[in-house]
Amino acid sequence: MNAQIHRKQYGRGIKSILRSWQLYVLLLPALVWLIVFCYRPMYGLIIAFKDFRIRQGILASPWAGLKHFKQFFSTYNAKNIILNTVILSVENLLISFPIPVIFALLLNSVENGRMRKTVQTISYAPYFVSTVVIVSIMQTILAPSTGFVNLFLQRMGSSPILFTSMPQYFRPLYIISGIWQSMGFNAIIYLSALTSISPEYHEAAKIDGASKLQRLYHIDFKLILPTVVIMFILAIGKLMTLGYEKAYLLQSGMNLATSEIISTYVYKTGLMNAQYSFSTAVSLFNSLINFILLMITNIITKKISDISLF
Amino acid sequence: MAKELAHHIKQDRSSAIFNAFVICFLLLLCLVILYPLWYVLIASFSDPMYVNSGRFLLYPIHASLDGYQKIISYSPLWMGYLNTIYYTVVGTAVALVLTIPAAYALSRDDMPGRRGIMFLFSFTMFFSGGIIPMFLLIKQLKIYDTVWAVVLPVGISVWNLIVCRSFFESNIPKELLEAARLDGTNDFGFFFRIVLPLSPTIITVMILFYATAQWNSFMNPLMYLQDIKKMPLQVILRNLVLAAQISNMVGDANEAAELAKMAEQLKYGIITVSALPLLLIYPFLQNYFVKGVSVGAVKG
Repeated sequence: MNAQIHRKQYGRGIKSILRSWQLYVLLLPALVWLIVFCYRPMYGLIIAFKDFRIRQGILASPWAGLKHFKQFFSTYNAKNIILNTVILSVENLLISFPIPVIFALLLNSVENGRMRKTVQTISYAPYFVSTVVIVSIMQTILAPSTGFVNLFLQRMGSSPILFTSMPQYFRPLYIISGIWQSMGFNAIIYLSALTSISPEYHEAAKIDGASKLQRLYHIDFKLILPTVVIMFILAIGKLMTLGYEKAYLLQSGMNLATSEIISTYVYKTGLMNAQYSFSTAVSLFNSLINFILLMITNIITKKISDISLF
Repeated sequence: MAKELAHHIKQDRSSAIFNAFVICFLLLLCLVILYPLWYVLIASFSDPMYVNSGRFLLYPIHASLDGYQKIISYSPLWMGYLNTIYYTVVGTAVALVLTIPAAYALSRDDMPGRRGIMFLFSFTMFFSGGIIPMFLLIKQLKIYDTVWAVVLPVGISVWNLIVCRSFFESNIPKELLEAARLDGTNDFGFFFRIVLPLSPTIITVMILFYATAQWNSFMNPLMYLQDIKKMPLQVILRNLVLAAQISNMVGDANEAAELAKMAEQLKYGIITVSALPLLLIYPFLQNYFVKGVSVGAVKG
């Protein structure tokens, strides 16, 4: 409503731009930042198709076509790295995504306000802890001879497990620590959607004899479903942009079979071995898959539920 | 009638069971969330011998401040701490200056082109140049190994920008702008004298989010800084606690062994001093960030 009035009042075109010049001035620093630190690096992506040499700069370096992409696909562990990325991403999404929703639904069903608030406060705590600290804590409590987890296992008669160096434990550790860290924070959105549900629905359902669990599903869950869907699309849009910080920190020479993902590989080949063009090609490949996934999800959800990002 | 009553009683009972189950589950969850943090805290006050025996600790054993005394005399840690504070303060200030005015401008529906500009920002959430082009850019801008290399690449978090914009959209009434216009106030005046004083909530939220990100940041300093004296706490912590890299960083075998021994004694204390500030602050700002996130999410 208001928007329309404004539009009529000020008209479109140059006149309205001139009229809003002060707003553009407020926006200017951010716009400059956006161009320099987001779009300029995107332009830098063309080194994936060149043999980049620092002295020659981006433009003068000779073209290399798809050489670096081919080189990546022909490395012996390319398939493994891609698979690791896909498996970790998908497992992480499917396991971590529903948990904040369930947590929010359960927490919202608690009638004691003080308890609800306390649990909520506690659940946010890990979000403010750094990845370095989280990995340090994991490595400490899971240590083979000094961590209490392994001492407990030993007392139960099992031999100590080298959690942080065995490939089969990398994904569970990555995913569980992620849930531990962000469950509470990710639930905020759902909790706020839940508080906006009118209590009348619940009253009516109670009279009709719906049990608490039924109400939880048929009222609470169904009413926050649009929010859940949007969050799901967003999560898919970031599916392949796994936090490489944690993967890198959890990596050891021994668990590379599962812990080497595209982004850690890019970091190592690019910044540690200075293979700039090659690693940019690998990273671009990752971004493209990610972007295609986002588009596909967006189309599918638009068809099914009329909810979409673009 | 009797049947209905019986049904209601049954329903009440099932609800009670459900409630009990939920409460038990949530309490257990709280324990799982808190125990690792609590463990580190009490271990930092305990005799390392007992901690390393792998006992399941509930309270400090042979409590002492030995660990902390060693930490105080370990100078790289303090340097790291100071660096972290410096980067956090500068980074948060830069981020606020970039984010808040832009978010306000983008919240105004009479600003031509705001949809397009918003799209340009949102697009970067899903597609970016990646670390190598960013690294080369930082070299090219000649800010490598300076505070700006740590601060500028994360100058705006688009997600924070959206949260902030949505807050302005739903909390600054249009009537206010119209009234101010009648009084002859221009957009600058309106933003600085009316919008900002009305928005302590969102400013607090932004400070908290940006400061948390910078305080906890590890990968950017590792990539964009070179001088060990400039490294923030997280990098120092990583070097000390996860002893893997120590030999690379130091190069001297004796010194490496010395550091590894020290790390064993100090790690709990160091984790505590690095994580504690934020853990002490956030509960007081909880209402702010919950409000900020919910407002942002509904519209974003």
